[in-house]
Amino acid sequence: MISLQNIEKVYRTDTVQTLALNSVSLEVAKGEFLSIMGPSGCGKSTLLNIIGLLDEPSKGNIRIDDQKTDKLSDKQLAQFRNKKLGFIFQSYHLINDLQVLDNVELPLLYRDTTAKERKQLATEALAKVGLSNRVKHFPTQLSGGQKQRVAIARAIVGRPEIILADEPTGNLDSAMGNEIMDILMKLNQEDGTTIVMVTHDENMAKKTHRLVRLFDGSQVQ
Amino acid sequence: MLKNYLKIAIAVLKRRKFFTFISLFGISFTLTILLVLTAFIDKVVGDNYPDKKRDRSLYVSRISMIGKGYTSSGPPSFYFLTHYAGTLKTPVKIAISSGFNGTNTYVNNKKIAVNYKYTNAEYWEVLEYNFLEGKAFNKQQVDNAEKVAVISKDMKNQYFGEATSVIGQYIEADNVKYRVIGVIENVPITSYMTYSDIYLPYTVAKDGGYKTNKDYQGGYFGILLANSKDDVDKMHDEYDQMIKRLPITDKNYDHIYSHADTYVKSYVDSGDEKHSGTFIAVTAISIFAFILMILPTLNLVNINITRIMERSSEIGVRKAFGASSRTLVYQFIVENIILTLLGGLIGVILSFIALQVINGANLIANLELTINFTVLLIGLLVCLIFGLLSGVYPAWRMSKLNVVTALKAQ
Repeated sequence: MISLQNIEKVYRTDTVQTLALNSVSLEVAKGEFLSIMGPSGCGKSTLLNIIGLLDEPSKGNIRIDDQKTDKLSDKQLAQFRNKKLGFIFQSYHLINDLQVLDNVELPLLYRDTTAKERKQLATEALAKVGLSNRVKHFPTQLSGGQKQRVAIARAIVGRPEIILADEPTGNLDSAMGNEIMDILMKLNQEDGTTIVMVTHDENMAKKTHRLVRLFDGSQVQ
Repeated sequence: MLKNYLKIAIAVLKRRKFFTFISLFGISFTLTILLVLTAFIDKVVGDNYPDKKRDRSLYVSRISMIGKGYTSSGPPSFYFLTHYAGTLKTPVKIAISSGFNGTNTYVNNKKIAVNYKYTNAEYWEVLEYNFLEGKAFNKQQVDNAEKVAVISKDMKNQYFGEATSVIGQYIEADNVKYRVIGVIENVPITSYMTYSDIYLPYTVAKDGGYKTNKDYQGGYFGILLANSKDDVDKMHDEYDQMIKRLPITDKNYDHIYSHADTYVKSYVDSGDEKHSGTFIAVTAISIFAFILMILPTLNLVNINITRIMERSSEIGVRKAFGASSRTLVYQFIVENIILTLLGGLIGVILSFIALQVINGANLIANLELTINFTVLLIGLLVCLIFGLLSGVYPAWRMSKLNVVTALKAQ
């Protein structure tokens, strides 16, 4: 499903050159739940951003669903992300000015859907994460766990094949974290969604199919 | 999609109320000034009372004589208008009137400032004043130098109060009593060639300049009337030919310039042969409007950049979930147009109030400004330009934002 070959990412400033990723190769199968671990600054998020086509590698190839992505235009990349990928962030990144339902509808705005369809799909996604009773709320009126559930609903509303989660439980206590993890596992098992998750938490990582460890930009496990 | 943009635009406006106030104030205030200005120009240029036959009229308001070290420019004389302009073949009529002069008159020991002007009889045939009562003086009355007067409605109210009819009554101006024979609807002072409080036959003029002054320059205006619209160009050319043949009597000068122009051209005629008055007027107005608009636009650009910067996390999320740069530019422009149209709406309301105040205060004699369709259209167009100008650059800049950087900036 996802294939990375010799990915290298170098950050350059005028004086310093930092190697964030050093020749990382990774294959993620369809329906797999993979976790990435490693100390802070080891390149986990950079790797996830590159998989999510949010950042470009300095060297190496990426194929997603057997499609090369390096030659895609801004518009094609946007469409590709919209159809294939869903993102969950540690700090939720909900739009505070919009109600929960509008936040969840967001990915559908960028594809050909009617307002009615959007509402229906978003309502279904919210039901899946157990937030049907919060549609008219604003993000600021929700707890951390609820916010992350809205973020998950937003990630799955467009039915992407891949979900990329960057420390989805990082800002939550363990009970809330477990709830979120249960939702992700259910998505993986029931819908066959491929999930790549960056985490600091060994317990969460143990629940996934496979664990990849990074250290100083290199894959060590 | 648009509904979604509208939701977020309103939410953003509510979020930073001070910024919203500054933006809306900038737009609406500028628009108010522009609308009042255009209402003014529209009234001055567009209102064709009392010269309703403008499309077949040419105006002679200036004659210039130029020599080495000498330049003299001013309105033509009565002599020039009757002996030269008046002998052209194409015009069927020529309205001649003096510029208006001010004097004071007294009613019940109350001083009233009065403007009066002299006209010929054809003046009343070329121009179509609305007579509220009575009629104009005719050629015979002019030839007989009868002391008769046509007065404006304003003058009637000031001098005679609420009297129903004043025909046959006497009005005193410059220590002479004139018999009122007609009352006309007011003309704004900005139509300086046709405005006055009192209109008198030129033959009653005290100074007798119309008889003695044989120079080309004097204090009169002429309006040449052609038989039809098609004859206007011919009349214009004939006038120019006549000016070329005009004998130069004063040896200080070697050139004489004068044109029979359309209303707008003659209105803005600066007497400068090298640069047309229209060009100068249009340039001056454009520069003024541009400066007026550029300041709030820059201000808006600045505020918009700050506003959009605050939303970098939103930009990151939208991009991650499938918004292309172009879609984002479109979103921010739409949001900005919503903001400017809102400012525009406030501006229109403010303009309406401002015009009511200006009309109420009667700052300019007889000038009734109104917001009309043209002015409103200009206003909306200005708003749209505002929205685009101040939205495009910040939107373009922000749409180029790297997603990862945008998401990091919380």
